[in-house]
Amino acid sequence: MASPTLVKGVRSTRSTIALKLTMALSGLAFIGFVLGHMYGNLKAFSGHDAFNEYAHHLRELGEPLLPYGGFLWVMRVGLIVALVVHVVAAVALWRRAAKARPVSYVAKKNQASSLSSRTMRWGGITILLFLVWHLVNFTIGKVNPQGGETNDPYNLLVDTFDLWWMTAIYLVAMVALAMHLHHGTWSALQTLGLTNTAQSRARAKAVGWIVAVVVAGGFSLVPLFVLFGVITK
Amino acid sequence: MRLTLNIWRQANADVQGAMHRYELDGVSEDMSFLEMLDVLNEQLNAKGEEPIAFDSDCREGICGMCGLMINGMAHGPEVTTTCQLHMRSFNDGDEITIEPWRAEAFPVVKDLCVDRGALDRMIQSGGYISANTGSAPEANSVPAARDKAMRAFNVATCIGCGACVAACPNGSASLFVGAKITHLGELPQGQPERDSRVVGMVAQHDHEGFGGCTNIGECTAACPKEIPMDVISQLNKDLRTALKNGH
Ligand code: HEM
Ligand code: FES
Repeated sequence: MASPTLVKGVRSTRSTIALKLTMALSGLAFIGFVLGHMYGNLKAFSGHDAFNEYAHHLRELGEPLLPYGGFLWVMRVGLIVALVVHVVAAVALWRRAAKARPVSYVAKKNQASSLSSRTMRWGGITILLFLVWHLVNFTIGKVNPQGGETNDPYNLLVDTFDLWWMTAIYLVAMVALAMHLHHGTWSALQTLGLTNTAQSRARAKAVGWIVAVVVAGGFSLVPLFVLFGVITK
Repeated sequence: MRLTLNIWRQANADVQGAMHRYELDGVSEDMSFLEMLDVLNEQLNAKGEEPIAFDSDCREGICGMCGLMINGMAHGPEVTTTCQLHMRSFNDGDEITIEPWRAEAFPVVKDLCVDRGALDRMIQSGGYISANTGSAPEANSVPAARDKAMRAFNVATCIGCGACVAACPNGSASLFVGAKITHLGELPQGQPERDSRVVGMVAQHDHEGFGGCTNIGECTAACPKEIPMDVISQLNKDLRTALKNGH
């Protein structure tokens, strides 16, 4: 039972809302990243040389101000910080929510919430697990599931998605991402306090749909077109 | 009509409770939900059993005392308070599950009664304006813009019943806090304490053990006064402003 006392020495920075603000900001940083990443992947439609050229170009970006590969490292550090912030806040809020209702209802109906809003936490874990495999696959480990060459980004991509079950894994992850973004985009705008009217709320929800479909749909194109033999080595 | 009722019974805060099953016949569809429970209690009294404790006061939908979880929905299937819910919303032969609000911050006192004092303590922590006593000020000396006054009035209809907390999967009271923040924050009288109000109320909210909001909207759907989600956006915005101002 909560102690029936008035709290002293209050600070805005220690509130659950401040925690949610860090989630919203790190989440928006992720959205910016996945939009850019998705757009870059579409270079696979321009063929082997254009795709590898693009991958190489990312490493030269910002030169000579930044060293070779410098831009990518700035991005990586930023994303790692955002990920730590996002996940630490998610875990803290999850634990709070679990403690806030120690006795659950015998009967409880959901009347208004979307499925994506109710699966943010498990969806987030799905994305995290996928992220580990994705980095092993293409960045840290460079694992070719067909056992072929690994130092040619385009060929590694085609080899990976030629396997139907690899494409299936990526598509499942994209469903999880789409659901996370469907609720997450609107939720971030609400957390930032930008939805103070019925109209802006409806608009934020529409933006959630658009971001989800564009990001997950855009990412899904390359694996599907490899699987169906349109994008080939 | 004839009903089967599954009702939470718990003698006091310190003992375990359990669901109990009751059969009730002769219920009229014109009865309110609470009158239906009154009939059941008369029968329990006649049998020498302990009647079921539940809260009510005004029985006209304005005091906020009567909240019950009915078939998994706060205040039952209609957008109204439990006292204004009528048995015509149910069918002959229905099985109805009745539970108290479930939240760490709302401990069960007995059966279906919970202690909603946490809401009062949040008001004490900032949900007020400070005003000089004495004769009433001239009514038109502080002008309030019409749209702001309307918004303040619409969200001031919150009766503090706690349905938002009961319906929220996170056990958050953000809709309640947001309603107070918006109500006072839209009016000129609410400006001097605006930053300290939001920081104090949110700190007390967290201290009481309510969960954080995930913007899923079950609170609004359960609210008998239809307080909209945008009060939570307003709450977030006010907290962000207070943060920026160093509170
Ligand atoms: C890596 C693992 C991830 C985990 C464990 C995770 C978990 C969560 C959780 C639990 C929430 C809170 C949901 C709520 O309050 O309703 C959330 C919110 C959010 N997430 Fe994630 N997430 C992850 C990755 C991502 C990614 C990759 C993106 C974007 C591409 C993203 C974007 C967002 C956004 C925009 C929000 C909304 C913030 C808010 O509610 O204010 N998340 N995430
Ligand atoms: S008893 Fe007053 S609102 Fe229901």
